[in-house]
Amino acid sequence: MRLNDDQRALRETAADFAAEHLAPHAVEWDQTKHFPVDVLRKAAELGMGGIYVAEEHGGSGLGRMDAAVVFEALAEGCPAIAAYLSIHNMVAWAIDRHGDDAQRRTLLPGLCSMSALGSYCLTEPGAGSDAAAIRTTARREGDEYVLDGVKQFISGAGSSDVYLVFARTGGAGARGISAFVVRDGAPGLSFGPNEVKMGWNAQPTRQVVLDGVRVPVSARLGREGSGFAVAMSALDGGRLNIAACSLGGAQAALDKAVAYLGDRHAFGAPLTSAQALRFRLADMRTSLEAARTLLWRAAAALDDGASDATALCAMAKRFVTDTAYAVADEALQLHGGYGYLAEYGVEKIVRDLRVHRILEGTNEIMRVIVARDMLGAAS
Amino acid sequence: MNIVVLVKQVPDTNSERRLTDSDHTLDRASADVVLDEINERAVEEALRLQEAHGGEVTVVTMGPDSATDALRKALSMGADKAVHLSDAALHGSDAVQTARALAKVIGTVEGVDLVLAGNEATDGRMGAVPAMVAEVLGLPALTHARKVEVDGSTVRVERETDEGVAFVEAALPALVSVGEKINEPRYPSFKGIMAAKKKPVTTLGLADAGIDAAEVGLANAATTVVEAAPKPPRSGGQKVEDAGDGGVRIAEFLAAQKLI
Ligand SMILES: Cc1cc2nc3c(=O)[nH]c(=O)nc-3n(C[C@H](O)[C@H](O)[C@H](O)COP(=O)(O)OP(=O)(O)OC[C@H]3O[C@@H](n4cnc5c(N)ncnc54)[C@H](O)[C@@H]3O)c2cc1C
Ligand SMILES: Cc1cc2nc3c(=O)[nH]c(=O)nc-3n(C[C@H](O)[C@H](O)[C@H](O)COP(=O)(O)OP(=O)(O)OC[C@H]3O[C@@H](n4cnc5c(N)ncnc54)[C@H](O)[C@@H]3O)c2cc1C
Repeated sequence: MRLNDDQRALRETAADFAAEHLAPHAVEWDQTKHFPVDVLRKAAELGMGGIYVAEEHGGSGLGRMDAAVVFEALAEGCPAIAAYLSIHNMVAWAIDRHGDDAQRRTLLPGLCSMSALGSYCLTEPGAGSDAAAIRTTARREGDEYVLDGVKQFISGAGSSDVYLVFARTGGAGARGISAFVVRDGAPGLSFGPNEVKMGWNAQPTRQVVLDGVRVPVSARLGREGSGFAVAMSALDGGRLNIAACSLGGAQAALDKAVAYLGDRHAFGAPLTSAQALRFRLADMRTSLEAARTLLWRAAAALDDGASDATALCAMAKRFVTDTAYAVADEALQLHGGYGYLAEYGVEKIVRDLRVHRILEGTNEIMRVIVARDMLGAAS
Repeated sequence: MNIVVLVKQVPDTNSERRLTDSDHTLDRASADVVLDEINERAVEEALRLQEAHGGEVTVVTMGPDSATDALRKALSMGADKAVHLSDAALHGSDAVQTARALAKVIGTVEGVDLVLAGNEATDGRMGAVPAMVAEVLGLPALTHARKVEVDGSTVRVERETDEGVAFVEAALPALVSVGEKINEPRYPSFKGIMAAKKKPVTTLGLADAGIDAAEVGLANAATTVVEAAPKPPRSGGQKVEDAGDGGVRIAEFLAAQKLI
């Protein structure tokens, strides 16, 4: 398993960009809760705003394996920004994949250049893992839908321009859900305060409140009742990216630990001469390679449209985010007291990576998906 | 305006660079190789000139098979096509032979108005090839450029050296070598990367380029490296005791090193 020439070149561009524009500012952005929209637009100039959007609509036309390589490299600079880019790309892809020509023409150029940012609005205060139980409604009135409800934990909310909102147009359950595009500035659309959170501070997380928001019928993405399928199809790729973001963060933490232990002297020698620590570094690297191998396998399956792609994406998301978190935490431990200081940049990685085990489907839900694929639905 | 950019693949300055024990040529296998950064700047300048004046940008290299990666990088930045002179007989060529060979390759590209190169490669550091290529081709050479402008059939260059800045110009066709300060090279965009593999790369052997094998290679080189020793490790720094004039003495030190 090795990267092809294109993937190595994509990685180089993403890694160089991360080293110049993300890594030097990551700790400061985290401390000051700064969302660097200008830097996102620079990334978009290189093609990162529509990574797997077709080229004719301003995208880069790449695959999931390519994206996994790109997100890992970006996350070496800042996992939180890389992860926001993933969510934005999920929205752009969903519009390219499920939208009609008019929607593609009007929405994709702005999303690809990131003059318009995207947010994915599924979770609600009362429905997270059980996403088919959402209660936001979209009521048809003539040529319009009227949306009412509250979306919880929405990444990018308040800064975004394009909100992909999942709402109920029919009866209970998954089949009663449709997808809509709501633009910033729509009357009745408002946002909660920026949540105070453990990590991911370089991107905002807010409630999205829909109070009688009217959108034309042409703002519906796909058929009535197809919304849940739209939401889930976007998540397969999203989960790979989140896993790739964990991998990049953990790799950066491991690299820092290797450098630190080489410099740090105790008991008359550099710490890299202690075999107990050498073995731990060896195990950390081995864990990350195993995680990367599963991630690439799942990404290749999704690119190939394999029938087990959804299960493999769930396996990769669960395994990679858990493994990478453990490695990042271990890297913090190996830094001693300095690992606990913001200045060294490791505690920030640990805090950022913690949420990757929760969002885009919790790691428990990943087990639900894998088990269902093996055993069928639980009775 | 058609531009040829001379680009070279060199060992990454971040990795350990060595010469081979057998013939003291560069050990290309032991280090990561990259497109020389000064050549990225030359390509960037060519692309900016192309944006302003149109025409085609062709990148040219002489180097082993692996040098296709350097060409690909230049193509992914936006160059239109590439020519690769690759032949085992070229191994160990000195700067004069390199310049003659490159001049022949430039001759295979049609309607060249401007040749761009780096001032000095980070491996050989001869700082001589561009001027020698110009000599062989009978072109005016404008070296050490920190700014390049083309106006009709005239190229104007700000030439910066340690001594100062000179404003020079020449009629096209001409050769210009660029310095570190000329520009910030762009990153290859994802589209550029995917487009690069569809762009034409012509690979030439000695015969294709009309080069006589007896004129190139280590055995026929006018100069050869007979011995090489690594730089001695850095000695401890110089201490300045502050007796009230510390600031002045540090400034004098920096000025003597040409750092300020
Ligand atoms: C920083 C942040 C950003 C986010 N960004 C977005 C966004 O942009 N868009 C969006 O739509 N959502 C977003 N989310 C929401 C996220 O996807 C949800 O928090 C997540 O899906 C879990 O839902 P919940 O919080 O309601 O937890 P719950 O569903 O209430 O789960 C509570 C616990 O029960 C477990 N559990 C639940 N059901 C089962 C089961 N069947 N079997 C076993 N265990 C189970 C869960 O794993 C979890 O441990 C974000 C969340 C955070 C924290
Ligand atoms: C350690 C070492 C010592 C050497 N000593 C000598 C010596 O004493 N005498 C001698 O004659 N040669 C010597 N050489 C060989 C010489 O460096 C090579 O022939 C080389 O191709 C030309 O020199 P340069 O790369 O330093 O060129 P420079 O003149 O420094 O290069 C300037 C620019 O010319 C262009 N250019 C140079 N080479 C190429 C190429 N192959 N393809 C495309 N464009 C190119 C590039 O634009 C480059 O930026 C030495 C090489 C090494 C590695």
